[in-house]
Amino acid sequence: MSEAEISIILLSAKVAFVAIACALLPAFAIAWLLARKRFAGRGLLQALVTLPLVLPPVATGYGLLILFGTKGPLGRFFDSLFGLEFAFRWTGAALAAGVMAFPLLVRPIRLSLEAIDQGYAEAARTLGASRLVVFLTVTLPLALPGIIAGAVLGFAKALGEFGATITFVSNIPGQTQTLSLAIYALLQTPSGDAAAMRLILLAIALALLAIIASELLARKLTRDRP
Amino acid sequence: MTAFDIDIKGRAGSFAIDAAFRAELGVTAIFGASGAGKSTLLKMIAGTARPSSGRIVVAGKTLYDSVSGIDLPPERRGIGFVFQDARLFPHLSVRKNLTYARWAGRRPASRPFGEVVSLLGLENRLDSDPATLSGGERQRVAIGRALLADPSLLLMDEPLSSLDKARRREILPYLEAIRTETGIPVLYVSHETAEIARLADTVVVLEDGRVIDSGPAATVLARLSLATGGDTEEAATLIEGRVTAVDPAYQTATVALDGGSIELTGTGFNAGTIVRLRVRATDVAIATQPHDGLSIRNQLSCRIDELRREGAHAMVVLDLGGQRLIARITAKSADALELAPGGRAIALLKAVSVEMARVEQSTRRPL
Repeated sequence: MSEAEISIILLSAKVAFVAIACALLPAFAIAWLLARKRFAGRGLLQALVTLPLVLPPVATGYGLLILFGTKGPLGRFFDSLFGLEFAFRWTGAALAAGVMAFPLLVRPIRLSLEAIDQGYAEAARTLGASRLVVFLTVTLPLALPGIIAGAVLGFAKALGEFGATITFVSNIPGQTQTLSLAIYALLQTPSGDAAAMRLILLAIALALLAIIASELLARKLTRDRP
Repeated sequence: MTAFDIDIKGRAGSFAIDAAFRAELGVTAIFGASGAGKSTLLKMIAGTARPSSGRIVVAGKTLYDSVSGIDLPPERRGIGFVFQDARLFPHLSVRKNLTYARWAGRRPASRPFGEVVSLLGLENRLDSDPATLSGGERQRVAIGRALLADPSLLLMDEPLSSLDKARRREILPYLEAIRTETGIPVLYVSHETAEIARLADTVVVLEDGRVIDSGPAATVLARLSLATGGDTEEAATLIEGRVTAVDPAYQTATVALDGGSIELTGTGFNAGTIVRLRVRATDVAIATQPHDGLSIRNQLSCRIDELRREGAHAMVVLDLGGQRLIARITAKSADALELAPGGRAIALLKAVSVEMARVEQSTRRPL
């Protein structure tokens, strides 16, 4: 592997990892709201969360550009408050990846929460556990397979994200050029086919590794429990 | 000491609950058809459903009082709940399920873990996954889990109804052991008179959310049998007696009753043991005088209290030294034998048809 290839892979992994790490908690909170609570605007929230899945990624990227660009309202907010810039930075690539992966995180978590029999929580309460303890000792462990499934699915989506990323943060080598963007750039150059093929093979290897790792993790967390 | 004192109003689906009853130590059964509000009543006591008004006092502690605004959350009520469907936490081992109230609920370890495990015969299943347990074992774990929560009252919501006959027979002795060995008052919901007859000291009959009868088990069950005379399978009475002799060779026990003595099959009983007998009305035959040459050896002289005709059948209510016995015979036989209230009759009991269970303390009160 060349140095350039290694840096592309490391950047892609960093972008996807940060995206999922930051999105997981809000995704769980929204999944929990959708699964457990009945409130006004629930349908709207559900539609909003699903939006990145059905919208053309380029449109989502453009929306991010308007909101989180240097002149965008949220962009200025984060810059002035935390010194956090998104435009044409890897952080922007992570944001785009996180937004695009969000619906894929929420759905399995929500389904797993909905599948938990509320009777377990009732039983736990009568055994002396407070709401918080019931959440930590019953709800969370039982939702774990769904959380892992969502994280794996979201990570895969974040790793391969293309449309929203290139629209929002462009294709800057070393800064925002993730694996898919690098493959795209190489395919645009006349003699880049061979190098693109190497990256594609690397991507396949990476994907297989990720799948095996997540299988092992899921097995460890769900099978060994008793 | 009053174990609990309950007086609550509330709603359960489409009908109102308005129930008041209290009980001493021992097992109190709430009997009623499906949808009579039994489960909702238990949930209100446990704190997982809210009454609209009333008062719930358990072991001297007020759990709910609409007047003074007390409404303890379920985790602070100190109650053990055994659900119909066990509800073992699927992600925890049997051991972790049993000790849940201690590590998650911070309830005190007032009852030794090993004692409960051996009481329920769970020694070999502690490290099992709940999914691998049989239905009976699952329910035993659920009972143990509730016992280890240091409860001042144990609520049981039809704990046997999800089990087949064989499994029920497997669990009943454990429930009896809880009654006799732990001393924890139990509120036991069921629509099976057979279970109630075996376990309960006090019976509360619930219909459409209201208490329509309550009192000592034998008294209430006898009234219930008459009231539900059409339900021939279930009509039965409870009588109590004392084992006076056992015959190991034939595996029989002689039981002295107030109005005579009978011989029944059964092992594990010693002379002096107080037993409770459940006699189904369909298993009692009637004669006007003693007979020889019968396989039925138990012949008890009784007074006829009452005779009720129901089409082709007649319910004969017999008084046996103060305890009640009901015989279901044909109307034709009743006429042929010229049975009439106030007269004498011999009740014939087949030894093999009587169910016998041990009771630690006599709960008999005058009828």
